[in-house]
Amino acid sequence: MRTALRILLPAALIAALIGLWQIAASAGWIADALNLEPFLVPSPAEVGDALWSSRSLLLENAWVTLREILVGLAAGVVVGIALSIVMRFSTLLRDAVYPLTVALQAVPIVVIAPILVIWFGYGIWPKVIVVALAVFFPITVTTLDGLRSVDPEAVKMMRTLDASRWAIFRRVEAPTALPSFFSGAKVAVAVAPIVALFAELAGSNSGLMRLIVEDNNNFHEARVFASAVILALIGVILVGLTALAQRLVVSWR
Amino acid sequence: MSVAARGLSHSYGDLLSLRRIDLAAADGEVVALVGPSGCGKSTLLEIVCGLREPSAGEVVVGGAADAAGRLAHCAYMPQRDLLLPWFSALDNAALALRNRGAGKAAARAEAGALFERFGLAGFEAARPGELSGGMRQRVAFLRTLVAGKPVLALDEPFASLDAISRAEMQEWLAGALRTDSRTVLLVSHDIEEALYLADRVVVLSARPGGIVTELSAPHPRAEDRDRAVTDPAFVAVRERALLALREGAR
Repeated sequence: MRTALRILLPAALIAALIGLWQIAASAGWIADALNLEPFLVPSPAEVGDALWSSRSLLLENAWVTLREILVGLAAGVVVGIALSIVMRFSTLLRDAVYPLTVALQAVPIVVIAPILVIWFGYGIWPKVIVVALAVFFPITVTTLDGLRSVDPEAVKMMRTLDASRWAIFRRVEAPTALPSFFSGAKVAVAVAPIVALFAELAGSNSGLMRLIVEDNNNFHEARVFASAVILALIGVILVGLTALAQRLVVSWR
Repeated sequence: MSVAARGLSHSYGDLLSLRRIDLAAADGEVVALVGPSGCGKSTLLEIVCGLREPSAGEVVVGGAADAAGRLAHCAYMPQRDLLLPWFSALDNAALALRNRGAGKAAARAEAGALFERFGLAGFEAARPGELSGGMRQRVAFLRTLVAGKPVLALDEPFASLDAISRAEMQEWLAGALRTDSRTVLLVSHDIEEALYLADRVVVLSARPGGIVTELSAPHPRAEDRDRAVTDPAFVAVRERALLALREGAR
């Protein structure tokens, strides 16, 4: 019953909003209120039409953006986990590296992205680097916090059970850190698409943001909305998959 | 394997926690340490196990005086069961074997062979969260035994249990030690538990912990616990222990 409600309620809300928008757009209320030509305010039906008729173009560009997001996420997660482990094992390295990671995080993506486009061109790599840069920080910080929250009594217990430093890490510290890691991963997954779009804006030949800018310049608003729908879907699926992975991996909670 | 501490003192910074402790446990002997809370009982156990170094004096466990050597001989069972929630009961029990590099299947087979005897048969795959307090404690004890160390250091192993399961667990531990003799240091704040399980009870004073007195238990690990603890000799020793504890707490 509760799970049914949890699916039905948001579905009903979204359906109601789309219905309202359909009525308001097709009756011309929004265009009139904003003093616009009606074709600049597409109705959901027109957006759906754009989704279907431009499906191959949309999918092609969505795939470009999705690849930037996924490769960037993967790189950021790997770097983030590696950094947190290094910082856990060596206080010296932690003191050396931590300020640098904070500094990297403090430089806005909008500044870094154009520089990387100049350095690496219009391909996938500047986007991947920007996404990884934005993503590794939340992963590093949350995972390191998780590793440090280990129960010192459990470590003592492991030491009397002949555990090496590595065994303690593998069997106690790493599992302890997993829930924190997933908190960081959820932030990362929510941030990555936004950052990828920013990076595309700085310079690209393809991708959803590139398409959006082009369509907007040509007043092709229905397809701009269609791109937005696809981006929203990508976001929901990524967050959903992360939550699912957390449920499967952190099965003891 | 025997344990001997001579002139052992320990302090946390300026705070003296243990003062000139002389303590010995012969091979296969169970020695209980009782004392007011904060008297350094747990610190003493950690020093014996090689998890800490004393500030003065020495501890020798089976001929080893250095921390690493003591650690190799002692298994420490903390007050909380500290079962790892991400492992099954079986994998928790097999931790020491895995830590020493045994394969998963071999470690599970070796630890699993003891589940029946510990009344845990059928719960091998259960996660700690699915077990009762008494069962968790038994898994923790099994984990300590599987480590195969000759010296066991038990820090208030049953403190978190209710009175009935505690009495049951004491009987059960007494039985386990009758069949599988080890040198045991047992910290307890329960005089009855200490006198029932141990051959000798050492009463410690309030901080800084020093030895007030030592008492011999009349019926260590008797099969009939209820009869043993109501026996006049037992009651008399318990009174003396209580008196010593009060004296030391002052």
